[in-house]
Amino acid sequence: MTEPFQMDHPATDRRLDDMAQGLVGAPLDRPDGPLKVTGTATYANEWQVEGMVHGVMVRAPGNSGRVVLSNTAEVARMPGVLSVVQDDRMLRNPAQGGANEAPVQGPHHAAYFGQLVAVVVAESFEQARHAAQSLKVTLDDAEQVAVTPEGAAVERQTDKTLDQGDLDRAMDEAAHSVDVVYTTPSHSSSPMEPHASIASWEGEDLTLRGSYQMLKFNRNELADSLGIHPDRVRILSPYVGGGFGSKLGLAPEAVAAAVAAKAVGRPVSVALHRQQVYEATMRRSETRQRLRLAADAEGRLIGFGHEARVSNLPGETFAEPVLQASHFLYAGANRKMSLDLARVHRLCAGSVRAPGEAVGVTVVENAMDELAHAAGLDPVELRLRNIPPTDPESGKEYSSRRFREALESGAEIFGWSDRPGVKERREGDWLIGYGMASAARVNVLKESEARVTLLSDGTARVETDMTDIGTGTYAILGQIAGDMLGLPRDSVEVVLGDTNLPSGSGSGGSWGASSSGSAVYLACAAIRQQIAQRLDVDEHDLLLKDAQATFNNRTETLADILQGHEIAKLGHVKPGDTSDAVRQATFGAYFAEVGVNAVTGETRVRRMHGTFAAGRILNAKTARSQCLGGMTFGIGMALMEEVAFDPRDGHVVNHNLAEYHIPVNADVPQLTVELLEERDDWASPVQAKGIGELGICGAGAAITNAIFNATGVRVRDYPATLDKLIAELP
Amino acid sequence: MLDALRHHLGLTGSKKGCDHGQCGACTVMVNGRRINACLTLACMHDGDEVTTIEGLGQPDALNPLQEAFVREDGFQCGYCTPGQICSATAMLQEISEGWPSHVTQDLEAGAELTPEEISERMSGNLCRCSAYPNIVEAIRVAAGKQA
Repeated sequence: MTEPFQMDHPATDRRLDDMAQGLVGAPLDRPDGPLKVTGTATYANEWQVEGMVHGVMVRAPGNSGRVVLSNTAEVARMPGVLSVVQDDRMLRNPAQGGANEAPVQGPHHAAYFGQLVAVVVAESFEQARHAAQSLKVTLDDAEQVAVTPEGAAVERQTDKTLDQGDLDRAMDEAAHSVDVVYTTPSHSSSPMEPHASIASWEGEDLTLRGSYQMLKFNRNELADSLGIHPDRVRILSPYVGGGFGSKLGLAPEAVAAAVAAKAVGRPVSVALHRQQVYEATMRRSETRQRLRLAADAEGRLIGFGHEARVSNLPGETFAEPVLQASHFLYAGANRKMSLDLARVHRLCAGSVRAPGEAVGVTVVENAMDELAHAAGLDPVELRLRNIPPTDPESGKEYSSRRFREALESGAEIFGWSDRPGVKERREGDWLIGYGMASAARVNVLKESEARVTLLSDGTARVETDMTDIGTGTYAILGQIAGDMLGLPRDSVEVVLGDTNLPSGSGSGGSWGASSSGSAVYLACAAIRQQIAQRLDVDEHDLLLKDAQATFNNRTETLADILQGHEIAKLGHVKPGDTSDAVRQATFGAYFAEVGVNAVTGETRVRRMHGTFAAGRILNAKTARSQCLGGMTFGIGMALMEEVAFDPRDGHVVNHNLAEYHIPVNADVPQLTVELLEERDDWASPVQAKGIGELGICGAGAAITNAIFNATGVRVRDYPATLDKLIAELP
Repeated sequence: MLDALRHHLGLTGSKKGCDHGQCGACTVMVNGRRINACLTLACMHDGDEVTTIEGLGQPDALNPLQEAFVREDGFQCGYCTPGQICSATAMLQEISEGWPSHVTQDLEAGAELTPEEISERMSGNLCRCSAYPNIVEAIRVAAGKQA
């Protein structure tokens, strides 16, 4: 076993660059692909567990009051019904990402419309569903509670407040300035796989087959919710049908399945239906953002103000970190920032892909476009003029930052120089416009463990409870191990998603690849050391390739060297001093061409390009796909996505995929992505940063800025649906 | 039919994403035509031939379309993928039979496999990971091989 490696110094050795196998960075296919394209990858609700019965949850029909189930006895007598379970341990709120303890519990009082308050268990799914629909749920002693941020109590997040210099004065003295308010609505992660769990007990030991992103935390959340020791809980999530934040923390179905399985003495499967996913998992908070930008005559920022209001349930501490990238993206000596949290009785607000930057950078990038227009500057040029030499608040250096190159290269690839003037280009009924935006996202390294075993036959196995939620973990961990140990990709087996394995970072906050990849790297480095010792050579003189070791002008197969033994090592990475010593972030730029129909106001994205820099790219194919996904989230945010709340009771009006619109294939052109070569020695032992969320952080603004270029209309109330455009079209 | 496949026959390749015909994850073929399995009843298909993803290929014997989805990274989480592949299989048949779509320029001349034409015809299958550009490319590659 190796000591934990703490990231206290930059990893300037860049050992992965010395390896001969040539896997890391290559656009290799996903090893999980054949299972996924044949429908044989097993997702949570697909395990055929012996003796399993089915649970269907029911919801609170209001936002406050005591929950009354008035016909429980009658429902319990329906065909096949085994039990109607309402238990104090069931969750009121889903757990926030990384909570590591039980979230707010208690199904006896409603806090928001749609809260899940009971589970009906029956022999078959059909019986359970019918019985659940027959259960009468009412609320006694309901109160009048705030459901809209406008009418709610607001708490200033004092730790998020910044007042540097004098922004008011900078605004007064500015040659060019903007002072604008934008709003973004609530968003839903809407993973294609609804949340589902199968709970089975053996005595006091619980196995939960679930769909979760961060298993080591989820195990503790589940154990704490149930009041049992974490050692008694095992969670399996080898395949996760999308998460996007909504499966970071434990969701209500997991605890319901566990208590129901105990109650009926049989394994219980509980799958949320789509409406319940919208009503009772996690939403991104809506935001109201005021941007004040002050620039001198040359367009250099002298002031930067960003003040935001977000919302959450009473008692929840998560406040959408809207300002996160505003602290370091652009220059401006006079800075003012604040974040207010309104307390509303809507479903819980938490992480949805790139919490903070997804909506924060987007609005900053709209304001920058407005400033460019006011100053008569090319939007790319405005950004180039405002790249700060060091962090504009702390003065720290940036770890690596190919921001300028991303702007310039992206503009070149897209053909930005061909940009029309505002309202200048028209093709028949279509008004054509170009828009661009910067991308920025904080970078984080998380503690992560992985075990790598070099087997005696010269193959290897990687094991960690890390998850692959579509992000490519199965691919990249095998590539790192293959390179370090000199093995073809097919000779490395990657086993994930089981809390019995070493604890990984989990998939969230874009840290999964760099963190779990570093753990695998460290384990392999220890194996290399051991091989070198055995051969009595310096590890740096050991060349491993195609399951052979070359050293001192000799070549031997790994199998011969191992002589029937195997070498197992645990890699364990922890964040350290490099997290704070420098400013770590990822950067990029988006360029979009839209057509807005002059008659209907419909916007079509005709072309979109992104150039990104995120440290070492571990797999060019899966990294690109992550960027495609992020950019498409941006298209959704710009044009269609909005959780609509009824202002009377806060219920989700559009709680299904027909009414919460996410982009369909026809909404997305053949996007292009460029990944810039970069090594970030400060970020992680493998010099990689996060890329899973970078693609969304500002993407929507490229589209709404293009709409302005096409039409002259600024939509400051997302999404830019046709009703907001049509009255003002030329 | 979707619950019959998943719960009663153990054929979990067809996915439940919405249960309301909104997402396409449950797409199967009935007598060669693509339908949402969640919107029909098994008992309405007595004697029909139902093809699910399990009938199209195996992990060690992928069909050309499945191979192309792997090569082009036409998926990420994989949950919508069986539906995408069933849908694409039937869609290619529809094109070869000369069915026009909303974006087909000439209703008489048949449709070409342009990205626009494929995107239009595949828009009943949602993918939140948003592999759409790769799905389009995978279908083009696979169809090109067949032609």
